[in-house]
Amino acid sequence: MLESTTERPGRLAARSPGRRAAEFAALRALIRRETVRLVASPAQAGLTLLNPLLYFVVLGTGLSGMVGSESGGGDYMAYVYPGILMMAVQMPALNAGMSIVRDRETGLLRAVLVAPVRRDTFLVGKCLGSTVTATAQGGLLLAFAGLAGLPYDPLLLLALLGELALVAFTLTALVTLAAVRITRIETFQSALGVTMLPLFFLSGAMFSTDGLPVWLAATTLVNPLTYAVDALRQTVAGAVPGGALPTGPDWGGWTPPLAVELLVMCALGVAALVLAARRFSRAG
Amino acid sequence: MSAPGSTAIRTRGLRRVYGGTVAVHGLDLTVAAGEKFGFLGPNGAGKSTTIGMLSTLLRPSGGRAVVAGADVAHRPDEVRRRIGVVFQDPSTDRELTGWQNLYFHGRLHGMPRREVRARARSLLDLVGLADRGDAPVGSYSGGMRRRLEVARALMHRPRVLFLDEPTTGLDPQSRSQVWQKLHELGRRDGVTVFLTTHYLEEAENCDRIAVMDHGRLVAQGTPHALKSAIGADVVHLRTDDDRSTARSIRERFGLDAEATPEGVRVGAADGAGWVPRLCAHLTTGVTSVTVTRPSLDDVFLHHTGRSLRNP
Repeated sequence: MLESTTERPGRLAARSPGRRAAEFAALRALIRRETVRLVASPAQAGLTLLNPLLYFVVLGTGLSGMVGSESGGGDYMAYVYPGILMMAVQMPALNAGMSIVRDRETGLLRAVLVAPVRRDTFLVGKCLGSTVTATAQGGLLLAFAGLAGLPYDPLLLLALLGELALVAFTLTALVTLAAVRITRIETFQSALGVTMLPLFFLSGAMFSTDGLPVWLAATTLVNPLTYAVDALRQTVAGAVPGGALPTGPDWGGWTPPLAVELLVMCALGVAALVLAARRFSRAG
Repeated sequence: MSAPGSTAIRTRGLRRVYGGTVAVHGLDLTVAAGEKFGFLGPNGAGKSTTIGMLSTLLRPSGGRAVVAGADVAHRPDEVRRRIGVVFQDPSTDRELTGWQNLYFHGRLHGMPRREVRARARSLLDLVGLADRGDAPVGSYSGGMRRRLEVARALMHRPRVLFLDEPTTGLDPQSRSQVWQKLHELGRRDGVTVFLTTHYLEEAENCDRIAVMDHGRLVAQGTPHALKSAIGADVVHLRTDDDRSTARSIRERFGLDAEATPEGVRVGAADGAGWVPRLCAHLTTGVTSVTVTRPSLDDVFLHHTGRSLRNP
């Protein structure tokens, strides 16, 4: 219902060098706000992590006896660990989108939109801030790397944290794109709820997608989570003693290396954010 | 700060259409700098739509509006830097503390950190929340939250403050607290205040008011002028002999006086001014005198055919 009368973005930004600094200050404030929110409600952050932890400990230990060493060399705990890490950033990303929809519905968003800040700055700030908090939450699960049989090697943990940040960014951007287009919180909740679970299971997070029928296997190739899990898994497998490299997505006989997978994630995230920002600048 | 006598808000033919419905018809409004301007109207009269357009959140469908020296359609960013808005629905972040809410608002407005800190502290003090600044807003009462929103709207030192139904849902005590703060601000900083309300007492506090109905302005002026325009004051006298008193007032002063079961009712343009003369000339014993002015509710009823008290 509300439309913005914001001018063409380019012209405003070009008008004075002070504008750019002001937008940057606003961007930093928006990012900071997300981290402050996280620190303000540690209970919620803890609850968000409970789900992936349960999957890891309960499902992981339960299934590892059944699956044994059939799933990619190492034991099952090491196999699901990348999926668990991804799950830990997936929830906060979802919450970020939810808060955009909710803030718009309750009118909280107007308080921000009436500030002399471009609407796309707001969206980018929200997305980056949520990426930081999602990464921080997912990063906490790195403390459980030992359960997956991983050594606490600083370089390995740093690499995983970096990958988690990228995954968090891409997921948050995708969810933000959805949040910008969906105006009702109920619609958003059911739409994302319906999408997220199959995407998660068809990403190879819990089981290998090799055994899937061809038509279903094809969907895994366009599933962003597939690349997220595989990237994390390549890094994990390299560090597990006796771990074999996972098979990974198959692009017509060619398996994209880690760098390409990260690039795919990055490009997807940026594209989603640009689309979301554009859409958001037009109308609210 | 705007120069005295300058214009804070000027609209010409401002219109807003939603789909096929016209919410605001060609609005012509002029508000002087430093003025407290009240916008009265029943629900759905177009008040919030008008505030939306003046605060750059809604694009006008037609006409022009210049707020704090900048056109809302062509220079929205300049307008935004110079205005503060308190929305009808609470819009502070419940998860953050009062201080944090002010801090982020200041930073979003590009204020330097040091200035933001000092300003946030002094504003929390001004609205009487100094000791609750570090508590999450979720723990505030409705009145406290409202005062925090006023403080937030003032963070970046706006020239014009828009308040959309600022005291709806507040108890009378909180309401008068919010008003007291608004008065202090007007005196101290010369901020122009533009507010919508449907409380008569609040409208009485304004320098000028405008009555809106069905998207059009139906009256504007000072509360006094509006009340005078619709009719005379009423002087009620309690006397020993109502009939003869009424007759004597009619004969001696040529006023419209009649005896009613509640005493003598006299209609006069300046009711209070007549009281000494009436008492001095009457030979019958007068036990009590009351002067009733037409209320803003009467003004409202006159122009919209509805009462503000029972919209």
